[in-house]
Amino acid sequence: MRLREESSAVQVGPESDVVVSSRIRLARNVAGFPFVGRSTDSQRNEVMHMVTSAPLGKSFAQGLAWVNMAQTSPIERQLLVERHLISRHFADSTLPRTVGVDSDETLSVMVNEEDHLRIQTIMPGFCLPQAFERARQFDLSLENAVDFAFSSRWGYLTACPTNVGCGVRVGVMLHLPGLRYTGEMERVKRAAKDMHLAMRGFYGEGTEAVGNLYQVSNQLTLGFGEDDLLRSFTEQTVPQLVDYERSARRMLAESNRPLLEDKVHRATATLRAARLLGSEEATKLLANVRLGICMQMIRDVSLELVQRLLLQVQPAHLARIDSAATDEDKGRIARATLVRRALGG
Amino acid sequence: MKCDHCDKPAVVHEVVIKGGITTEVHLCMEHAAAKGYQVPNAPVTQLLAQFVGQLPAVQISARREPAAQARCPSCGLAFAEFRQSGVLGCPGCYEAFMPQLGAVIERAQAGAVHHVGRTPKHLEGMADRVAMRQRLLHELDAAVAAEQYERAASLRDQLQGLGEAADGAKS
Repeated sequence: MRLREESSAVQVGPESDVVVSSRIRLARNVAGFPFVGRSTDSQRNEVMHMVTSAPLGKSFAQGLAWVNMAQTSPIERQLLVERHLISRHFADSTLPRTVGVDSDETLSVMVNEEDHLRIQTIMPGFCLPQAFERARQFDLSLENAVDFAFSSRWGYLTACPTNVGCGVRVGVMLHLPGLRYTGEMERVKRAAKDMHLAMRGFYGEGTEAVGNLYQVSNQLTLGFGEDDLLRSFTEQTVPQLVDYERSARRMLAESNRPLLEDKVHRATATLRAARLLGSEEATKLLANVRLGICMQMIRDVSLELVQRLLLQVQPAHLARIDSAATDEDKGRIARATLVRRALGG
Repeated sequence: MKCDHCDKPAVVHEVVIKGGITTEVHLCMEHAAAKGYQVPNAPVTQLLAQFVGQLPAVQISARREPAAQARCPSCGLAFAEFRQSGVLGCPGCYEAFMPQLGAVIERAQAGAVHHVGRTPKHLEGMADRVAMRQRLLHELDAAVAAEQYERAASLRDQLQGLGEAADGAKS
């Protein structure tokens, strides 16, 4: 399996002080087949063949690199999860399945996840329209070759009715330390729930918001158009959350600057001195360094470097840099060494 | 409203229009059970479905109690399995498990009951008929609510005239 050395996730995009990345996911199923869970392996393989051999047109002239998951190692699957190119569910599945990734790793297409197709784009910073356009291009390209299961009443038919309708999830990964440290997070979560938004942790459903990194996405997929959904996220939901987080940071800087400075500088000093580092601890500390950079408390470390380290300290990425790091204890040493050197400790 | 056969409150209401003749049936729980209606608290959508002739009366009672026993004819999934896993077996399940699945979707999707987003290119030709069908369904709801049964019958005929294609399922 060949992946880029640098994932697009390490880049810095618009509004990066709060918005780490923008993400779109489309759920589609091929007409004439049972959904994945009810299909036979022969049907799953047939769907895989239909999708991977479909002509995609000019927008995807270079095609996608298809990775048959049956031929990957656990560490390779973990690498794809860490880059958010596949879901944990997809990595752990034992069904015939494949993922297609484009050359810049902004688009990934999971075949035989919960639905036959999960078309996903991820881009750095706040750029939902661009991410949506890329996903839509692929959707339209594939639509020329494959009929999707669709009903005029329910829209795109999906295995789980919570995705039926437009089948679109619009999401952003947000860094919200200001709201957390000012004690506003519970209020934000309640408001999000009222607005039918899901707030999840670093790796999606059921995961912790390590480093105050939250994925925010729509819960509803029926009763509105894709463009309306995108517009509401682009013009209202995300700008409001960004403003709220920035206000919280400002308030914190004015009312409790020592607390803020302590968190930022303690994190930086620990990372520059530590000899043993777990991935979760490293993520939490790096997230506080990230906050310090965005609030101009730390000037000798770039946001790009922290973004890169946030990925490199994850287990599979670390193992890619240092093969001995697959052992947990050696991994802690390798992680501390990597971060210490990168931050000039 | 009282039961047609006793003084107890009616919990099952049926309106059947056949050959231009309207027949109303109102039954209490006991008499409904005696006549084979297995679930007394039938959702309005079922009565409506029967009213517009989408379901023959004889099937109504079967559809009222699909829960554990009902299976999708396309993939064999039992409704009870769906209730447990939350995952359907095939596109045909959407039709097979109506109207109960409709209520589940309505709850999960904050009251939404119709797709209004884009349509795949291969089905775009149907878009006008689909819009027309949705408009007629809304008008039919209003006519039934206002007890305008003749108008409702006319709307039902128009709906039937639109044909199966307007259902637009590609499953």
